[in-house]
Amino acid sequence: MNIYVLLKKTFDTEEKINVSNGEIEDDGAEFIINPYDEYAVEEAINQRDAHGGEVTVVTVGDEDSEKQLRTALAMGADKAVLINTEDDLEEGDAFTTAKILEAYFEDKEADLILGGNVAIDEASGQVGPRLAEYLGIPYVTTITDLKIEGENVTIEKDVEGDVEIVETSLPLLVTCQQGLNEPRYPSLPGIMKAKKKPLEELEIDDLDLDEDDVAAKTKTIDIFLPPEKEAGRVLEGDASEQVQELVSILKNDEKVL
Amino acid sequence: MAISTAEEVDLIRQSVRSLCEKFPEFYWRETDEKKQYPEEFIQTLTDEGWLSVLIPEEYGGAGLGMYEAGVILEEINRSGGNAGAGHAQMYTMGAILRHGNEDQKQRYLPKIASGELRLQAFGITEPTAGSDTTSIETTAEKRGDKYIVNGQKIWISRTEHSDLMLLLARTTPKEQVKKKTDGLSLFILDMKDQKANITIRPIDTMINHATTEVFFENTEIPAENLIGEEGKGFKQVLSGMNAERILIASESIGDGKYFIDKAVEYANERVVFNRPIGKNQGVQFPISEAYMDIEAAALMRDKAANLFDTGENCGPEANMSKYLSTEATWKAANAAMTTFGGYGFATEYNIERKFREARLFIVAPVTNNLVTSYVGQHVLGLPRSF
Repeated sequence: MNIYVLLKKTFDTEEKINVSNGEIEDDGAEFIINPYDEYAVEEAINQRDAHGGEVTVVTVGDEDSEKQLRTALAMGADKAVLINTEDDLEEGDAFTTAKILEAYFEDKEADLILGGNVAIDEASGQVGPRLAEYLGIPYVTTITDLKIEGENVTIEKDVEGDVEIVETSLPLLVTCQQGLNEPRYPSLPGIMKAKKKPLEELEIDDLDLDEDDVAAKTKTIDIFLPPEKEAGRVLEGDASEQVQELVSILKNDEKVL
Repeated sequence: MAISTAEEVDLIRQSVRSLCEKFPEFYWRETDEKKQYPEEFIQTLTDEGWLSVLIPEEYGGAGLGMYEAGVILEEINRSGGNAGAGHAQMYTMGAILRHGNEDQKQRYLPKIASGELRLQAFGITEPTAGSDTTSIETTAEKRGDKYIVNGQKIWISRTEHSDLMLLLARTTPKEQVKKKTDGLSLFILDMKDQKANITIRPIDTMINHATTEVFFENTEIPAENLIGEEGKGFKQVLSGMNAERILIASESIGDGKYFIDKAVEYANERVVFNRPIGKNQGVQFPISEAYMDIEAAALMRDKAANLFDTGENCGPEANMSKYLSTEATWKAANAAMTTFGGYGFATEYNIERKFREARLFIVAPVTNNLVTSYVGQHVLGLPRSF
C-alpha cells in the first residue's frame, strides 16, 4: 500500500508565545511534530505493518522542518519529502499548502493519505479536506479508528464526543483525532535506521508551480494574544442574593443573557 | 563508530525523556522503598536498544560513542530515575570489545546487545584492597583448560541481576612479578553456570543499588574466557575505567539538572511572607551557583567523551569530569534541600531520595580524593600524595 502522511511542524506546546509588531516571535523557539500529525504517522506505520507497502511523510515547510521529518523516519516511516517554500513564498494559508500538495500528489498513486485533524498553531483543519477535494478522492476527518480490508475501509469518526461509523473505499484521505492510537517515540535502532533513509527536498518550481498559483486566499489583519485572565469575583450574601447578582452580571455587564 | 548530528542527539534526549515519562517518580520512590531492582524499567531500556548504544552495529548495537551513551544516562537521572541499575550493561562489555578475541565478541556481544545476556557486574574491589587494585587477593589458577577461582569481592553491584561477571583475579602472585600491575588477568565469568560455586550476599545500603559481596569457592572459568593476554588484566581494566568515569559524570550531571529543575520550580511557586521564596538571595544564589558549576562540568564531560570517541587519551579529562560533576551536583543537592526546607525531607517530594543517590558518586566508583591525587601526581607532576 502506498501510504502518505501530511506533517507540519508546530510550536512546542510548552513554548510561551510572544507577539511583537503583529507577528509571532519564533526565534529560538522549540518546534515539534504537530501532535495530531503524530497520530497520523503512528497510524501509517501500523497500517503499513499490517498490509505492507511504504510510508512517505510529506511536509510543506522550511529547512528546519527536516528535524520533524527525521523524527518521523526514526519512528518508522520509510521516506520523507520536504517541499521547501522558504525562498519562494512570503506568506501562505491552507489554500497555498493544499495547492502545493495537489501538485506533489499529481503523479503519485496514493492509496491512503493521513493528516492531523488540525494543526495546533492555526487550527484551520482545512489542508486535508481541500487536498482530497482537489485530488477527487473521498475523505473522512477526525477519525478514531481505521480498518482496511482490501479496498474497503471502515472508519470510526469522532463527532463531538459521539461516534459515527463510516464505510468508504481506497484511495482515501483521513485526518486523525486523539484516541486513534498511542504514538510511539523513536527507539535507538529507529534513530540509527533513519540515518540511512531518503529525505528528498523539493521546491515549488520542481512541482511546476510559481508563486501566483499558490498565493494565499486569506489575509491576516492582526495577531494578538488573548487578554490576561483577571482575578475572579466572589459573590456575597445568601444563595438567593448571589443568584440574583450573578444573573444581573451576566445580563447587564457581560451581556451574555 | 557512527557520528550523531546535533539533531540526532536531541532526538535521543527527547526519546529517552518520553521513555522515562512511563516511569515517573513514584515508580522510583517505590522501588527505593522496597529496595527492588527496577526490572521493568531496565527491560524497557533494553528492548528499545538504549543499553546497546556502545556496541558496534555488526554485533547488533547502535555503534554510537561515549557522548551519546552519556546523554542517555543523563536524561534518565534528570527525569528523577536512577540509571545506576543498568549503566554497567552499556560499558562493561567494552573490555570484550577492546581486548577480547573475535570468538569472544561473536559469542557475547550480540547477546549482550539484545539483552539475552546481562553483563553488568564488574568484579574488582576486595575488602582488604579497596582502591589499591593491585593488592587484590582473589586468585585464578590454571588447571588444564580451565581456571579455578578462589577469593572474595565486595561492593559488586547488580550481581544478582547479571548473567555474567567481568572478573579481575591474580594469575601470578604479586611477589613473583616485576611490576605489581602485572600478573592480574581479566575473565568473563558465567555466574549462572557456576551458581553452585559462588555465594552472593546482598549489602543493605543507604540507597537502592543492589550491591553485594561475592565469594568464590573453586569457581570454574573455561580458559577461552580469559580476555586478552594472561597477566595483562590491569591495563585492560584501566581503559574501561575511563568509560565508567565519563558515564558516572553524565549520571551525576543528570542528577544535578534534576535538583536545579526541582529547586527552580519550587522556589518560584512556594510563597512565604507574601512572596515566592526564590526572591530570597539565600535561596536563589545557591541554585544559580550550582547551575553554573553543573554547566561547566558538562563541558568537561563533553570534552572527555569526545576524546574517548576519537580514541585519544582521556584519562585526565574523564577523571576531572567525574570530580567536577559530582561536586557540582552535591552543591545542587544541598541547594535543593535548602529550597525545599522541611519538605525536602519528606519522601513524597523525592528530594531526599535523589540526595542520597547523588552522594554515592562522590565516593564511587572512585573517591574524589583519589581523583584529586591523580591530578596532582599524573597531570601536574607533583609527588605522590599517599
